[in-house]
Amino acid sequence: MAEVIVVTSGKGGVGKTTSSAAFATGLAQRGKKVVVIDFDVGLRNLDLIMGVERRVVFDIVNVIQGEARLNQALIRDKRVDTLSILPASQTRDKDALTKEGVGTIIEELSKDHDYILCDSPAGIEKGALLALYFADQAVVVTNPEVSSVRDSDRILGVLQSKSKRAEEKRDPVKEHLLVTRYDPARVEKGEMLKLDDIREILAIPLLGVIPESESVLRASNTGTPVVMDAESIAGQAYKDAVGRFLGEKVEHRFLEAQKKGIFSRLFGGRAA
Amino acid sequence: MSWLDFFRSRKPEPATADQAKERLQIVLAHERIGRTREDFLPKLQQEIVMVVAKYVAIDPGKVNVSLDRGGDMSTLAIEIDLPGPQGAGLRRAS
Repeated sequence: MAEVIVVTSGKGGVGKTTSSAAFATGLAQRGKKVVVIDFDVGLRNLDLIMGVERRVVFDIVNVIQGEARLNQALIRDKRVDTLSILPASQTRDKDALTKEGVGTIIEELSKDHDYILCDSPAGIEKGALLALYFADQAVVVTNPEVSSVRDSDRILGVLQSKSKRAEEKRDPVKEHLLVTRYDPARVEKGEMLKLDDIREILAIPLLGVIPESESVLRASNTGTPVVMDAESIAGQAYKDAVGRFLGEKVEHRFLEAQKKGIFSRLFGGRAA
Repeated sequence: MSWLDFFRSRKPEPATADQAKERLQIVLAHERIGRTREDFLPKLQQEIVMVVAKYVAIDPGKVNVSLDRGGDMSTLAIEIDLPGPQGAGLRRAS
Protein backbone atom coordinates (compact mmCIF):
# COMPACT_ATOMS: atom_id res chain seq x y z
CA MET A 1 0.00 0.00 0.00
CA ALA A 2 1.30 3.41 -0.92
CA GLU A 3 1.24 6.49 1.26
CA VAL A 4 -0.65 9.33 -0.39
CA ILE A 5 0.97 12.73 0.18
CA VAL A 6 -0.65 15.98 -0.90
CA VAL A 7 1.52 19.02 -1.50
CA THR A 8 -0.75 21.97 -0.86
CA SER A 9 -0.80 25.61 0.26
CA GLY A 10 -4.03 27.40 -0.51
CA LYS A 11 -2.15 30.33 -1.97
CA GLY A 12 -0.68 30.18 -5.45
CA GLY A 13 2.90 30.81 -6.42
CA VAL A 14 4.47 29.71 -3.16
CA GLY A 15 6.29 26.71 -4.61
CA LYS A 16 3.92 23.75 -4.59
CA THR A 17 4.98 22.40 -7.96
CA THR A 18 8.68 23.08 -7.35
CA SER A 19 8.35 21.30 -4.01
CA SER A 20 6.34 18.40 -5.46
CA ALA A 21 8.95 17.86 -8.16
CA ALA A 22 11.86 18.13 -5.74
CA PHE A 23 10.24 15.96 -3.11
CA ALA A 24 9.13 13.25 -5.51
CA THR A 25 12.57 13.14 -7.11
CA GLY A 26 14.26 13.14 -3.71
CA LEU A 27 12.18 10.20 -2.51
CA ALA A 28 12.85 8.30 -5.73
CA GLN A 29 16.57 8.97 -5.41
CA ARG A 30 16.33 7.17 -2.09
CA GLY A 31 15.07 4.10 -3.91
CA LYS A 32 11.36 4.58 -3.23
CA LYS A 33 8.84 3.89 -5.98
CA VAL A 34 7.20 7.25 -6.48
CA VAL A 35 4.52 8.68 -8.74
CA VAL A 36 3.70 12.37 -8.76
CA ILE A 37 0.29 13.50 -10.03
CA ASP A 38 -0.50 16.98 -11.32
CA PHE A 39 -4.01 17.98 -10.18
CA ASP A 40 -3.95 21.39 -11.81
CA VAL A 41 -6.27 20.58 -14.71
CA GLY A 42 -6.22 23.37 -17.25
CA LEU A 43 -2.98 24.87 -15.92
CA ARG A 44 -0.59 21.97 -15.93
CA ASN A 45 3.00 22.79 -15.11
CA LEU A 46 4.49 19.86 -13.29
CA ASP A 47 5.49 18.39 -16.67
CA LEU A 48 7.60 21.49 -17.39
CA ILE A 49 9.23 21.58 -13.97
CA MET A 50 10.02 17.86 -14.31
CA GLY A 51 11.31 18.38 -17.85
CA VAL A 52 8.95 15.85 -19.45
CA GLU A 53 6.66 18.28 -21.29
CA ARG A 54 7.55 16.87 -24.69
CA ARG A 55 6.68 13.34 -23.68
CA VAL A 56 3.10 13.97 -22.57
CA VAL A 57 0.67 11.90 -24.63
CA PHE A 58 -2.21 11.11 -22.31
CA ASP A 59 -3.19 12.71 -19.04
CA ILE A 60 -5.20 12.06 -15.89
CA VAL A 61 -8.49 13.10 -17.52
CA ASN A 62 -7.95 10.64 -20.39
CA VAL A 63 -7.50 7.90 -17.81
CA ILE A 64 -10.58 8.90 -15.80
CA GLN A 65 -12.70 9.00 -18.94
CA GLY A 66 -11.42 5.64 -20.14
CA GLU A 67 -9.65 7.03 -23.21
CA ALA A 68 -6.28 5.71 -22.09
CA ARG A 69 -4.96 3.15 -19.67
CA LEU A 70 -3.10 4.37 -16.61
CA ASN A 71 0.12 2.78 -17.82
CA GLN A 72 -0.06 4.67 -21.09
CA ALA A 73 -0.45 8.00 -19.33
CA LEU A 74 2.37 7.51 -16.82
CA ILE A 75 5.64 9.08 -17.92
CA ARG A 76 8.69 7.34 -16.57
CA ASP A 77 11.52 9.67 -15.56
CA LYS A 78 14.72 9.07 -17.50
CA ARG A 79 17.02 10.23 -14.71
CA VAL A 80 15.58 8.34 -11.73
CA ASP A 81 14.06 5.04 -12.75
CA THR A 82 11.71 4.63 -9.78
CA LEU A 83 9.93 7.90 -10.56
CA SER A 84 6.91 8.51 -12.79
CA ILE A 85 4.71 11.47 -13.55
CA LEU A 86 0.99 11.57 -14.27
CA PRO A 87 0.30 14.87 -16.02
CA ALA A 88 -2.82 16.99 -15.76
CA SER A 89 -4.94 17.79 -18.76
CA GLN A 90 -4.27 21.13 -20.35
CA THR A 91 -7.47 21.43 -22.36
CA ARG A 92 -10.30 20.16 -20.15
CA ASP A 93 -11.81 22.01 -17.27
CA LYS A 94 -11.64 21.00 -13.65
CA ASP A 95 -15.03 19.29 -13.71
CA ALA A 96 -13.45 16.48 -15.70
CA LEU A 97 -11.94 15.26 -12.42
CA THR A 98 -14.25 13.11 -10.31
CA LYS A 99 -13.80 11.68 -6.85
CA GLU A 100 -14.50 8.16 -8.12
CA GLY A 101 -12.08 8.54 -11.02
CA VAL A 102 -9.27 9.85 -8.86
CA GLY A 103 -10.01 7.19 -6.26
CA THR A 104 -9.66 4.42 -8.83
CA ILE A 105 -6.37 5.83 -10.12
CA ILE A 106 -4.93 6.15 -6.62
CA GLU A 107 -6.04 2.63 -5.72
CA GLU A 108 -4.38 1.22 -8.81
CA LEU A 109 -1.15 3.21 -8.31
CA SER A 110 -1.11 2.09 -4.68
CA LYS A 111 -0.40 -1.48 -5.73
CA ASP A 112 3.07 -0.86 -7.09
CA HIS A 113 4.28 2.40 -5.54
CA ASP A 114 5.57 3.45 -2.14
CA TYR A 115 4.49 7.06 -2.40
CA ILE A 116 1.85 8.88 -4.42
CA LEU A 117 2.43 12.63 -4.41
CA CYS A 118 -0.47 14.87 -5.32
CA ASP A 119 0.55 18.31 -6.55
CA SER A 120 -2.45 20.46 -5.65
CA PRO A 121 -3.63 23.50 -7.58
CA ALA A 122 -4.00 26.77 -5.68
CA GLY A 123 -7.29 27.67 -4.07
CA ILE A 124 -9.83 25.56 -2.22
CA GLU A 125 -11.98 24.62 -5.18
CA LYS A 126 -12.62 21.20 -6.68
CA GLY A 127 -9.10 20.46 -7.96
CA ALA A 128 -7.52 21.31 -4.63
CA LEU A 129 -10.17 19.41 -2.69
CA LEU A 130 -9.65 16.29 -4.80
CA ALA A 131 -5.87 16.56 -4.48
CA LEU A 132 -6.10 16.43 -0.70
CA TYR A 133 -9.13 14.13 -0.35
CA PHE A 134 -7.22 10.82 -0.41
CA ALA A 135 -4.17 12.08 1.50
CA ASP A 136 -2.55 10.24 4.38
CA GLN A 137 -0.02 13.02 4.82
CA ALA A 138 0.12 16.66 3.79
CA VAL A 139 3.07 18.90 3.03
CA VAL A 140 1.87 22.46 3.54
CA VAL A 141 4.06 24.84 1.55
CA THR A 142 4.26 28.29 3.13
CA ASN A 143 6.15 31.48 2.32
CA PRO A 144 7.18 33.82 5.15
CA GLU A 145 4.49 36.27 4.19
CA VAL A 146 1.10 37.11 5.75
CA SER A 147 -1.20 35.98 2.93
CA SER A 148 0.59 32.68 2.52
CA VAL A 149 0.50 31.90 6.25
CA ARG A 150 -3.19 32.76 6.42
CA ASP A 151 -4.02 30.54 3.45
CA SER A 152 -1.96 27.70 4.91
CA ASP A 153 -3.99 27.94 8.09
CA ARG A 154 -7.15 27.81 6.01
CA ILE A 155 -6.01 24.75 4.07
CA LEU A 156 -5.14 23.03 7.36
CA GLY A 157 -8.75 23.56 8.37
CA VAL A 158 -9.89 22.02 5.09
CA LEU A 159 -7.58 19.01 5.60
CA GLN A 160 -9.09 18.50 9.04
CA SER A 161 -12.66 18.64 7.83
CA LYS A 162 -12.88 17.60 4.17
CA SER A 163 -10.32 14.85 3.65
CA LYS A 164 -11.41 11.24 3.38
CA ARG A 165 -9.71 10.52 6.69
CA ALA A 166 -11.71 13.29 8.35
CA GLU A 167 -14.96 12.14 6.78
CA GLU A 168 -14.39 8.56 7.89
CA LYS A 169 -13.26 9.78 11.34
CA ARG A 170 -9.98 7.88 11.03
CA ASP A 171 -6.61 9.17 12.27
CA PRO A 172 -6.17 12.68 10.90
CA VAL A 173 -3.98 13.52 7.92
CA LYS A 174 -0.38 13.88 9.14
CA GLU A 175 0.66 17.49 8.57
CA HIS A 176 4.12 18.81 7.70
CA LEU A 177 5.21 22.41 7.34
CA LEU A 178 7.57 23.26 4.50
CA VAL A 179 8.68 26.89 4.53
CA THR A 180 9.97 28.02 1.15
CA ARG A 181 11.64 31.19 -0.17
CA TYR A 182 13.07 31.86 3.29
CA ASP A 183 15.57 34.72 3.28
CA PRO A 184 17.59 34.72 6.51
CA ALA A 185 19.18 38.10 5.72
CA ARG A 186 15.77 39.76 5.49
CA VAL A 187 14.63 37.95 8.63
CA GLU A 188 17.63 39.33 10.50
CA LYS A 189 16.70 42.82 9.37
CA GLY A 190 13.18 42.34 10.70
CA GLU A 191 11.67 42.57 7.23
CA MET A 192 10.43 39.01 7.01
CA LEU A 193 8.49 36.73 9.35
CA LYS A 194 10.79 34.56 11.43
CA LEU A 195 10.65 30.79 11.14
CA ASP A 196 9.74 30.54 14.83
CA ASP A 197 6.82 32.92 14.33
CA ILE A 198 5.45 30.86 11.44
CA ARG A 199 5.83 27.71 13.48
CA GLU A 200 4.12 29.28 16.46
CA ILE A 201 1.19 30.49 14.36
CA LEU A 202 0.58 27.35 12.29
CA ALA A 203 1.61 24.93 15.06
CA ILE A 204 2.37 21.90 12.89
CA PRO A 205 5.63 19.91 12.76
CA LEU A 206 8.36 21.45 10.63
CA LEU A 207 9.62 19.31 7.77
CA GLY A 208 12.03 21.75 6.20
CA VAL A 209 13.02 25.28 5.34
CA ILE A 210 14.01 25.98 1.76
CA PRO A 211 16.10 29.13 1.44
CA GLU A 212 15.45 31.67 -1.29
CA SER A 213 17.85 30.70 -4.02
CA GLU A 214 18.59 31.54 -7.62
CA SER A 215 19.01 27.88 -8.37
CA VAL A 216 15.23 27.33 -8.21
CA LEU A 217 14.66 29.46 -11.30
CA ARG A 218 17.62 27.83 -12.99
CA ALA A 219 16.12 24.43 -12.25
CA SER A 220 12.74 25.36 -13.70
CA ASN A 221 14.39 26.90 -16.77
CA THR A 222 16.00 23.58 -17.54
CA GLY A 223 13.28 21.24 -16.32
CA THR A 224 15.53 19.65 -13.71
CA PRO A 225 14.05 19.23 -10.22
CA VAL A 226 16.18 21.45 -7.98
CA VAL A 227 16.98 18.55 -5.65
CA MET A 228 19.21 17.17 -8.44
CA ASP A 229 21.44 20.25 -8.19
CA ALA A 230 23.86 19.18 -5.48
CA GLU A 231 25.50 22.62 -5.40
CA SER A 232 22.26 24.43 -4.69
CA ILE A 233 21.38 25.27 -1.08
CA ALA A 234 17.70 24.89 -2.00
CA GLY A 235 18.43 21.47 -3.47
CA GLN A 236 20.31 20.44 -0.33
CA ALA A 237 17.48 21.72 1.85
CA TYR A 238 14.98 19.60 -0.10
CA LYS A 239 17.25 16.60 0.27
CA ASP A 240 17.37 17.18 4.03
CA ALA A 241 13.57 17.46 4.13
CA VAL A 242 13.23 14.13 2.31
CA GLY A 243 15.56 12.56 4.88
CA ARG A 244 13.45 13.92 7.74
CA PHE A 245 10.32 12.67 6.02
CA LEU A 246 11.85 9.19 5.99
CA GLY A 247 12.41 9.46 9.72
CA GLU A 248 16.06 10.48 9.81
CA LYS A 249 17.31 13.09 12.21
CA VAL A 250 18.72 15.88 10.06
CA GLU A 251 19.67 19.30 11.46
CA HIS A 252 18.07 22.31 9.78
CA ARG A 253 20.54 24.30 7.69
CA PHE A 254 20.61 27.65 5.90
CA LEU A 255 18.66 29.41 8.65
CA GLU A 256 21.32 32.07 9.24
CA ALA A 257 22.36 34.76 6.79
CA GLN A 258 25.65 34.02 5.11
CA LYS A 259 28.22 36.62 6.01
CA LYS A 260 29.35 38.36 2.90
CA GLY A 261 32.91 39.44 2.42
CA ILE A 262 33.78 42.76 0.85
CA PHE A 263 34.48 41.01 -2.43
CA SER A 264 31.05 39.44 -2.82
CA ARG A 265 29.43 42.63 -1.53
CA LEU A 266 31.06 44.56 -4.35
CA PHE A 267 30.62 42.05 -7.08
CA GLY A 268 27.24 40.61 -6.18
CA GLY A 269 27.02 36.89 -5.99
CA ARG A 270 23.94 35.67 -4.23
CA ALA A 271 22.95 32.39 -2.66
CA ALA A 272 23.57 29.45 -4.96
CA MET B 1 16.42 60.99 -7.77
CA SER B 2 19.80 62.51 -8.33
CA TRP B 3 22.98 60.57 -8.77
CA LEU B 4 24.15 62.06 -5.48
CA ASP B 5 21.58 59.92 -3.67
CA PHE B 6 23.78 57.00 -4.38
CA PHE B 7 26.27 58.30 -1.88
CA ARG B 8 23.82 59.29 0.78
CA SER B 9 23.28 56.67 3.38
CA ARG B 10 19.91 55.08 2.90
CA LYS B 11 17.56 55.20 5.85
CA PRO B 12 17.06 51.78 7.36
CA GLU B 13 13.57 50.42 6.70
CA PRO B 14 11.50 50.00 9.86
CA ALA B 15 11.19 46.37 10.86
CA THR B 16 7.74 45.18 9.85
CA ALA B 17 7.93 41.46 10.58
CA ASP B 18 6.53 41.94 14.09
CA GLN B 19 3.48 43.68 12.70
CA ALA B 20 2.99 40.81 10.28
CA LYS B 21 3.01 38.33 13.14
CA GLU B 22 0.62 40.30 15.30
CA ARG B 23 -1.86 40.88 12.47
CA LEU B 24 -1.76 37.20 11.56
CA GLN B 25 -2.35 36.07 15.12
CA ILE B 26 -5.44 38.23 15.42
CA VAL B 27 -7.00 37.42 12.06
CA LEU B 28 -6.36 33.70 12.45
CA ALA B 29 -7.78 33.61 15.96
CA HIS B 30 -11.03 34.91 14.51
CA GLU B 31 -10.99 32.70 11.44
CA ARG B 32 -10.39 29.59 13.50
CA ILE B 33 -13.47 30.38 15.60
CA GLY B 34 -15.42 30.83 12.39
CA ARG B 35 -14.55 27.29 11.42
CA THR B 36 -16.31 25.72 14.36
CA ARG B 37 -19.20 28.15 14.79
CA GLU B 38 -20.60 30.91 12.70
CA ASP B 39 -19.25 34.42 13.18
CA PHE B 40 -22.19 36.00 15.01
CA LEU B 41 -21.18 39.65 14.73
CA PRO B 42 -22.68 40.39 11.28
CA LYS B 43 -25.94 38.76 12.37
CA LEU B 44 -25.94 40.57 15.70
CA GLN B 45 -25.58 43.86 13.89
CA GLN B 46 -28.42 43.03 11.51
CA GLU B 47 -30.77 42.08 14.31
CA ILE B 48 -29.99 45.15 16.41
CA VAL B 49 -30.83 47.37 13.47
CA MET B 50 -34.02 45.40 12.88
CA VAL B 51 -35.14 45.87 16.48
CA VAL B 52 -34.51 49.61 16.33
CA ALA B 53 -36.38 49.82 13.03
CA LYS B 54 -39.40 48.21 14.72
CA TYR B 55 -39.81 51.27 16.93
CA VAL B 56 -38.40 54.12 14.89
CA ALA B 57 -38.49 54.82 11.18
CA ILE B 58 -34.82 54.83 10.35
CA ASP B 59 -33.15 55.80 7.16
CA PRO B 60 -31.02 52.81 6.09
CA GLY B 61 -28.55 55.28 4.63
CA LYS B 62 -27.99 56.70 8.10
CA VAL B 63 -26.83 53.58 9.83
CA ASN B 64 -23.10 53.42 10.40
CA VAL B 65 -21.56 50.18 11.45
CA SER B 66 -17.94 49.70 12.31
CA LEU B 67 -16.32 46.56 13.49
CA ASP B 68 -12.83 46.20 14.84
CA ARG B 69 -11.69 42.66 15.45
CA GLY B 70 -9.03 42.74 18.11
CA GLY B 71 -6.97 40.18 19.97
CA ASP B 72 -8.43 40.54 23.44
CA MET B 73 -11.58 42.40 22.51
CA SER B 74 -13.65 43.23 19.46
CA THR B 75 -15.67 46.40 19.16
CA LEU B 76 -18.93 46.63 17.28
CA ALA B 77 -20.12 50.24 17.00
CA ILE B 78 -23.53 50.91 15.52
CA GLU B 79 -24.51 54.50 15.00
CA ILE B 80 -28.10 55.09 13.98
CA ASP B 81 -29.47 58.51 13.23
CA LEU B 82 -32.91 58.66 14.82
CA PRO B 83 -35.19 61.22 13.20
CA GLY B 84 -36.06 64.10 15.57
CA PRO B 85 -39.68 65.20 16.18
CA GLN B 86 -39.45 67.61 13.26
CA GLY B 87 -38.03 65.06 10.90
CA ALA B 88 -40.70 62.59 11.93
CA GLY B 89 -43.39 65.25 11.50
CA LEU B 90 -42.21 66.21 8.05
CA ARG B 91 -42.16 62.64 6.99
CA ARG B 92 -45.73 62.17 8.13
CA ALA B 93 -46.80 65.23 6.23
CA SER B 94 -45.22 64.16 2.98
